[in-house]
Amino acid sequence: MSTATTIEQAVPPAPRSRTFIHRLRDGDEVAHVLTLVFAALILLITSMLVYELWVNSHLSRAKFGWMFFWTRVWDPIFGNFGAAPFIYGTLVTAIVALLIAVPLGLAGSIFLAELAPRKLSDSIAFLIDLLAAVPSVIYGLLGIFIVVPIMRTKLGPALKSALGFLPFFQGPNYGVGFLTAGIVLAIMVVPFIISVSREVLLTVPREQREAALALGSTRWESTWKVVVPWARSGIMGSIFLALARALGETMAVTMVIGNDPKISASLFAPGYTIAAVIANEFTEATGDLYLSALIELGLVLFLMTFILNGLARLLIVATEHGGGHP
Amino acid sequence: MKKTLLIVSIVLALGATATAQSNGTLLLNAAGATFPYPIYSKWFDVYHNLHPNMQINYQSIGSGGGIRQLLAGTVDFGASDGPMTDEQLSQAKFKILHFPTVLGAVVPTYEIPGVTGELNFTQKALAGIYMGQIKKWNDPEIAKPNPGVPLPGDDIVVVHRSDGSGTSYIWTDFLSKASDGWKSKVGMGTSVNWPVGLGGKGNEGVSGLVKQTPGSIGYIELIYAVQNKIPYGKVQNAAGKFVKADLAGVTAAAAAAAKEIPDDFRVSITNASGPTSYPISSFTWLLIPAMISDVAKRDAIKDFLKWMLTEGQNYNEGLSYSRLPKPVQAKEMKAIALIQ
Repeated sequence: MSTATTIEQAVPPAPRSRTFIHRLRDGDEVAHVLTLVFAALILLITSMLVYELWVNSHLSRAKFGWMFFWTRVWDPIFGNFGAAPFIYGTLVTAIVALLIAVPLGLAGSIFLAELAPRKLSDSIAFLIDLLAAVPSVIYGLLGIFIVVPIMRTKLGPALKSALGFLPFFQGPNYGVGFLTAGIVLAIMVVPFIISVSREVLLTVPREQREAALALGSTRWESTWKVVVPWARSGIMGSIFLALARALGETMAVTMVIGNDPKISASLFAPGYTIAAVIANEFTEATGDLYLSALIELGLVLFLMTFILNGLARLLIVATEHGGGHP
Repeated sequence: MKKTLLIVSIVLALGATATAQSNGTLLLNAAGATFPYPIYSKWFDVYHNLHPNMQINYQSIGSGGGIRQLLAGTVDFGASDGPMTDEQLSQAKFKILHFPTVLGAVVPTYEIPGVTGELNFTQKALAGIYMGQIKKWNDPEIAKPNPGVPLPGDDIVVVHRSDGSGTSYIWTDFLSKASDGWKSKVGMGTSVNWPVGLGGKGNEGVSGLVKQTPGSIGYIELIYAVQNKIPYGKVQNAAGKFVKADLAGVTAAAAAAAKEIPDDFRVSITNASGPTSYPISSFTWLLIPAMISDVAKRDAIKDFLKWMLTEGQNYNEGLSYSRLPKPVQAKEMKAIALIQ
């Protein structure tokens, strides 16, 4: 035994000539197979999900076909189902959420990464990570007890008097609706944007900043024109993570959106989202067509997430040519 | 060798105790309605203490889920807030019996600036409000039965349940009887296509929205209103009287309907006759297969049903459920013999 070891140590074999057994013992092969299996599992889970949704929604697909996307009625009693109000509600709340959350999150992460003292930045980042872990039902309660009353008595009337000429801010204001749901979603996704963007900004090499400063730019110019463009793809990534969360959020949204499947231009109007209607009606859905229609809604949500993520990738690729990251 | 023997004997001993346990305790699985869940869990708990060798595991996943699981054969019995439809029964591979267990009621709750007292609601008023035809609180249909109440000219904000629920089933069943327009345009069910209004999730969601929104009206379970001391209005019954919901009024409605109760117990008791009957109330049912091949399970279920119909009913009032009227209890006792 001991002689063999000494010989091996004395004459280390060239890496290419190692036998399969050696590689197995070293862990290379095992690691390769294991990681491959886990990566393949993700693919398997995704395709099984799509398969299940596709098969179980066949009743609804057969009956409504493409009309499912345009129909604006959702009537479980008379068996008439359409996804249009839910698709609209899901998109509108997610867009409103991003319109509020992106500027806030971006500004916050730039301050924490570039301008704040490191100690302050680290302690605030810790709090933000905590916020990202708060369960969504807590945000829903926050919405019902704080955002809804403010919306009804203060913010809503203020928006109406300032911007009431726009169709987005007309009609009765109940406190619950698209805008309230968007605001609550924005509060929920801001921590994601700040947390990830801050990390990305911190990885930008020092030399980039120093070079910019040496060329005579101010601190803000070096941040805005050099550091942020360098980190652009990472920041975009954080925004799409936020978008995914906003599209799929269920509990907090259903508590503040008003749950009325209607399409209205006014952001004060109550609406409905895909995730919310599935959570609300799945348990009591009697009747096969009803259940099938709810499952098809799940398929539609999956499709929407897929398309939006694809568009996001395209956007990143398209903007990459504009400079910034090498 | 000795070690192996020891391991084998331990495994055998463990196996023996495990079989002994599964022989001793009979486990029944059930699933369904959420509305009667508090009384069911009380019953199953008390009954388990009386008969330690029997345990019922009830999952309150909703009436629709209960019916689906029963049809799929994954539970021993189900529970539902609405009776199964003829279509559902014809889809089942086996015969299913309905057993009413307790009674529940649904009440209107509202928040109107300047109004503190109890309002009287005619059936036409409630149907009109939920159809979106009555839009202001000072509409004559609301004002007429409430003389002297300072009703404002504010818009009515309608609130309904957003989740599918037995509460909505009872409410829309009542509205279908109160208005032909409702029956033909909207219909009755655990979820419907509401003509107007906001949706709140659960009783707490509806009462929360009503409390926060001036000029709103919603509907919640009587038990929820009583336990949380939420004020609610009186509703006009079939005899034209305005009745405030309480446990006795609900039993009165069931007793009035009991005279013509069908043999399969699938009956709606909303808008029952009789001057004291509260009009928006309903049975909730256990769904039991008529053929149970496992003798031990069959006997256990029959014994439980007998206990539930007699002693079990004494626990109802403590949890704000109305007890079954005597004639219904007697009729159900006879129906237990149908389980074979």
